[in-house]
Amino acid sequence: MTNDELLWRIAGGSGDGIDSTSQNFAKALMRSGLNIFTHRHYPSRIRGGHTYVEVRAASHEVKSRGDGYNFLLALGDSFARNPQEDAYYGNEEVKPLTENLDDLREGGVIVYDEGLLDETDVADLDEQAEENGWHVYPLDLRGLAREHGREVMRNTAGVGATAALLGMELDPVEELMEERMSGEVLEQNLEILEIAKNEVEDREFTHDLQIPAVEDGQKQGLAEDHEQVLVSGSTAIAYGAIDEGCRFISGYPMTPWTDVFTIMSQNLPEFGGIAEQVEDEIAAASLAIGASHAGVKAMSGSSGGGFALMSEPLGLAEMAETPIVLVEAMRAGPSTGMPTKPEQGDLEHVLYTSQGDSNRVVFAPGNAQEAYEQTRRAFQLAYEYQLPAIVLYDQKLSGELVNVDEAFFDREPNPSLGSVLTEEEIAEAPHHHSGKFNRYQHDVENGVSPRSVPGQEDGRFLVTGNEHTPQGHISEDPDNRVNQMDRRMEKLESIRAELDADDQSSQTLYAPDGAECQYGIVTFGSQQGTVEEATKRLSENGHSVKALGVSELLPYPTKDVKAFLDSVEQCMVVEMNASAQFRGLTQKELGGYGDMMTSLLKYNGNPFEPEEIVDGFESSISGDGDAPGHSTTFVPAAGD
Amino acid sequence: MSAFSAIETKRDVDQNEFTPDIEPQATWCPGCGDFGVLKALKGAMTEVGKNPDEVLLVTGIGCSGKLSSYFDSYGYHSIHGRSLPIARASKLANPNLEVVAAGGDGDGYGIGGNHFMHTARENHDMVYIVFNNEIFGLTKGQTSPTSPKGHKSKTQPHGSAKDPVRPLSMSLSAGSSYIARTAAVNPNQAKEILVEAIEHDGFAHIDFLTQCPTWNKDAKQYVPYTDVQEDEEFSFEVTDRQEAGEMMYEAESRLSEGEVLTGRFYQDDRPSYGQEKRHTGEMPEQPLAERYFDDSYEWERSADLMHRHR
Ligand SMILES: Cc1ncc(C[n+]2csc(CCOP(=O)(O)OP(=O)(O)O)c2C)c(N)n1
Ligand code: SF4
Ligand SMILES: [Mg+2]
Repeated sequence: MTNDELLWRIAGGSGDGIDSTSQNFAKALMRSGLNIFTHRHYPSRIRGGHTYVEVRAASHEVKSRGDGYNFLLALGDSFARNPQEDAYYGNEEVKPLTENLDDLREGGVIVYDEGLLDETDVADLDEQAEENGWHVYPLDLRGLAREHGREVMRNTAGVGATAALLGMELDPVEELMEERMSGEVLEQNLEILEIAKNEVEDREFTHDLQIPAVEDGQKQGLAEDHEQVLVSGSTAIAYGAIDEGCRFISGYPMTPWTDVFTIMSQNLPEFGGIAEQVEDEIAAASLAIGASHAGVKAMSGSSGGGFALMSEPLGLAEMAETPIVLVEAMRAGPSTGMPTKPEQGDLEHVLYTSQGDSNRVVFAPGNAQEAYEQTRRAFQLAYEYQLPAIVLYDQKLSGELVNVDEAFFDREPNPSLGSVLTEEEIAEAPHHHSGKFNRYQHDVENGVSPRSVPGQEDGRFLVTGNEHTPQGHISEDPDNRVNQMDRRMEKLESIRAELDADDQSSQTLYAPDGAECQYGIVTFGSQQGTVEEATKRLSENGHSVKALGVSELLPYPTKDVKAFLDSVEQCMVVEMNASAQFRGLTQKELGGYGDMMTSLLKYNGNPFEPEEIVDGFESSISGDGDAPGHSTTFVPAAGD
Repeated sequence: MSAFSAIETKRDVDQNEFTPDIEPQATWCPGCGDFGVLKALKGAMTEVGKNPDEVLLVTGIGCSGKLSSYFDSYGYHSIHGRSLPIARASKLANPNLEVVAAGGDGDGYGIGGNHFMHTARENHDMVYIVFNNEIFGLTKGQTSPTSPKGHKSKTQPHGSAKDPVRPLSMSLSAGSSYIARTAAVNPNQAKEILVEAIEHDGFAHIDFLTQCPTWNKDAKQYVPYTDVQEDEEFSFEVTDRQEAGEMMYEAESRLSEGEVLTGRFYQDDRPSYGQEKRHTGEMPEQPLAERYFDDSYEWERSADLMHRHR
């Protein structure tokens, strides 16, 4: 086992404070100069149920969760139900210690709270530890916390123990506590941290694992002199919206979209904006339409089921050409599915839902930075081309924390309403002799007919979800119909051309050994970082392979994907769903390539680990694609 | 200067300004009550001195939804049942707009019922006209949420087994702050009530009885009608919740028996949603829509929030 990265897993029950403890720990590691990537796993429950967060920290760049973990801080589930062996859900209390224990790497360290977890609960722990070379340190964290503060502070004791075992300085942890707490609570926490550390330091250590060394100049992808900030994908989406001048959000809570909704709702009032929690998602999408129509940059969003309710208003926005930005945070479906688990199964849903030919933009960002950039781009395209633009992401990207150069966010705001006219321009613009403004002109550049906003003098027109004349009056005239339809569809071609002309493509090519490769791996959205890490290892293993992370889904980036596929002999498509939706889309858009694309799928509720992609790839080229021990599914190329 | 001079400039308005010069002409059936709403709305807007470019009329789908096609202003003919969420967001985005939402009884009390309840609760400063013809007009005469019990139609061949909804009572318990019922056959009262509704600072709901001679033949011209404010049989205080509730119950019950009671049923002066939201610091003092036309505005940036993430 190498010591160049820490994969610290803190495991407990929902309600045990796992999330906040891990965030602070991650921040402390970031402040001490390490790169961070977190992975959050939690049940759809408020109290109880195995919850864990993995904090991966290294001095080299990290773009993904790691393979397994090498440090387990098992707090035990203090809100477990039925702690009996034969209960339907098993013995929940010990799950934070026993579940996925086989993912603990050889030589790994275990600290568990013996105040809650009994040795007899995990009868064969010693045996397993012996077999795997694990180092086990039972500690009465609960007792310690109770003695010097309150029981909830056993997390703090766990962090103190971690620091002692890893040879880590406490300064950044203490600093963060001082920023966040005060009074007695702060004092008690500091004391517990210190005591736990001292108590552990008195013991004899058998493990080698240490906090990764921070060597100057070793950090890749980081500007040395720049401060780092820790952000999630949801934060990046919300901040992209804020920087585009979005000041209206309407929504209805649903995991995992709630994160973006919450961040926006907390910030908008301060920025003189408006956030509305409304009665349902039909209303949520409709409010965004109403606000945008009246001249405000607006967004809404949801997750699978809630987004389904938005279908009809989404189609209205396409027909009426009212700009809106929607975000869709995927979780495992169908139906209520697994609310807190990631999946990429809503791709087709988001591309096509609502009646008629779809007329929208869909982006699927690959990481936090892309989430920020592409949310901004979504607003620009929506308001310029007057259509819905959707940011499609998932529970994984939503919650994972990464460090980003703070300078990245130092950008100019862009509050432009896009193709909206001023009153002076309206006065010059074509009107019908009835007095109505020709809002939906037939022959216009790029298919975009500029709009007016209610309240502007002489700008009045009618919006309707029915097919309509240039003034917006309902019309079923065949010539007008074809004209309007063609004009609306032309907007997608114009957008495609605009995106193709960008200096930097939204598709991310990763080619550690250069462009000449025998094999390719393609993915879309949030799996990008994991695919890149797997590709790096494959290339280190001697394979000739490169990867492409696709973000533009509609209009489809035909040029980029075709060029990539044409440059390799065989390609594996990695996605988190059971029916290979992205591969299907690619075949449809490119009209072929089915015989050179295989699929690696995963839909058990956990995102890919790099190793699964490595093994899946290797067995796909040397065997039948089966990767024993992994929960991935291989689908051969068509005709195989 | 405001980016919206139609709102800023106050001028005399002629009723004809709300009539499109040429097509489209109203395509409602001869004798349809919907004509009455159109006429009353034109009269009322003229009286309150609003000009066509400062009015946003959002409609649902149905014969009633066509109102925005025949009333010359900014119009939004939306989708079935969704006029309210669109309309109320436009009002939040630009509170200076005169916002009116309108639709049918199926649109508002059926498919859009949830929005009705919540928009009333929030008390948005706008007018909501429900064309109540006790039938689905546009889809050719099916039983609607307000159709009387026993109503026969192609989809209820043995007569509806359901009691009709009580729109006024529903409105009261949901939280509307102005509730009235009028009828297309009573144009003067209709206009007066619309003027009051427009001038009311809060959610003003009008249940507008609109006869449908095409599909609701057995009924229903809504004559003779009685004005509850004028008839001596009734004496109640419109600002008294309890008395208003009893009066509404009476009016709804009698309509099922063929007696038409119209007038103002409830009125209170609780703060509108906009006022409440400004009070809690969740809505700007200046219309948000103005900001996008103000070149001197210093837009906040996410960079201002970075201290939380260091
Ligand atoms: C989602 C949806 N469902 C059904 C319809 C079909 N539809 C159009 S109008 C209407 C009912 C109209 O009745 P009402 O709202 O009372 O309006 P009226 O025509 O009587 O004025 C229906 C069911 C539709 N347009 N959209
Ligand atoms: S069907 Fe009824 S409601 Fe519709 S236009 Fe004709 S009369 Fe009016
Ligand atoms: Mg009706």
